[in-house]
Amino acid sequence: MIDLDAVTSDNRLALARLLTEVENQTVEGDQALDRLFVRSGQAHLVGVTGAPGTGKSSLVSCLARNIRAVQQQTVAIVAVDPSSPFTGGAILGDRVRMRELAGDAGVFIRSMASRGELGGLARTTAGVVQVLDAAGFDFILIETVGAGQSEVDIARLAHTTLVVESPGLGDDIQAIKAGILEIADILVINKADLPGAENTERALRANLDLGYNLRLNHDSAHKMTLSEVEEKAPGWTPPIIKAVATQHTGIDEVITAVLRHRDHLKETGLWQQRDRERLRTEVTHLLQAELMRRWQRSVSAQSFEKVLQLVFERKVSPGAAIDSLINGSYN
Amino acid sequence: MTDKKIRVLIAKPGLDGHDRGAKVVARALRDAGMEVIYTGLRQSPEMIAEAALQEDVNIIGLSILSGAHLVLVPKVIELVRANGQNDVRVFVGGIIPEEDIPVLTKAGVSAIYGPGTPTTKVVQDILDTFPSV
Repeated sequence: MIDLDAVTSDNRLALARLLTEVENQTVEGDQALDRLFVRSGQAHLVGVTGAPGTGKSSLVSCLARNIRAVQQQTVAIVAVDPSSPFTGGAILGDRVRMRELAGDAGVFIRSMASRGELGGLARTTAGVVQVLDAAGFDFILIETVGAGQSEVDIARLAHTTLVVESPGLGDDIQAIKAGILEIADILVINKADLPGAENTERALRANLDLGYNLRLNHDSAHKMTLSEVEEKAPGWTPPIIKAVATQHTGIDEVITAVLRHRDHLKETGLWQQRDRERLRTEVTHLLQAELMRRWQRSVSAQSFEKVLQLVFERKVSPGAAIDSLINGSYN
Repeated sequence: MTDKKIRVLIAKPGLDGHDRGAKVVARALRDAGMEVIYTGLRQSPEMIAEAALQEDVNIIGLSILSGAHLVLVPKVIELVRANGQNDVRVFVGGIIPEEDIPVLTKAGVSAIYGPGTPTTKVVQDILDTFPSV
């Protein structure tokens, strides 16, 4: 059994090894998560997402340095990069931008491969974050894979989500599309010294100004009506902050916004609400995985292949195949 | 549903700025299904040992073309062992003179790959060492 007291008392080797167990979803890792759960829930989880090459890693590095120097609190960083869909291998290169954090005992950086997950995080990122939380880090910065438009899992994991944009990536139509921009609690325009930063800011600001909180209802008479809905975070308009991470400009403003967002969440009760959302998602995911595992134990691979063959031959639809696999009528 | 991967740290200690070889090896290991943590240029032995610890890697690959291998490599191994990572293997790639090979081997280096080594050799050596993963 893993010595959890070592993990929570600053033994970095024990911590690193436990993270591996969690990432590999071993029995020891799962048991440790069960036992550490009561000690978690203290850290401020900050997500950083955005398209590849917008400077997420550099920004995370700057934020961590600021938190250490100004806030004088400890930071863990979880940086996710994509796994190859063909070989399962990965290049985890986020540390390249974080060299200035080396040698600081108040920082712990862990790289993760996405291992086939498509939402911008790995399946076990929540578990890894929970361990770091229980280990006592004040802030946990979670950097997603370079996200396109719909990798939005981070919003369910983090208390505060930063979406990083940079000039030249898209016009005002990109800015009104659904998806990643909607999850931003704070918008950061990194590389703001490049041409086009003003246009990016204008497009993002125009999009925020357009936002109104109405929902389309389909009532019984097939008539659509609009009604006001609760905002994602009532009273909070995502600030748009320009930064140049490589020159450390705009970083104080980003940290101030992160702290202001935390105060806001706590004052409005949203902190607890987001925590509950996160746990609800986690329980749902674990339940899905466990049900799948049980089902796989109940049906032989041979039967599965047999049903699949009928689908290949266009004799049975995928939907009907599921029915027969679940209710056992495939025999 | 246990899902294990071989984790490798690829680092360039010291001051030479040529990282083509390191990237070629990193890519080959990626294509062999490993998770490669790439730390980039100009790493001190302390930075490499710290990264190896936090990332809990199985293997460290050091790429050196500067001639400073007799200083840097033993130092990395010493720091890694001091951190308690006694089972982590360290291999070296780069320009290593024949007479230095026994010195590095004695310091604990598991393999040394000179120019022209096929990447398949590097991959196979690792897979032979970690057959179960």
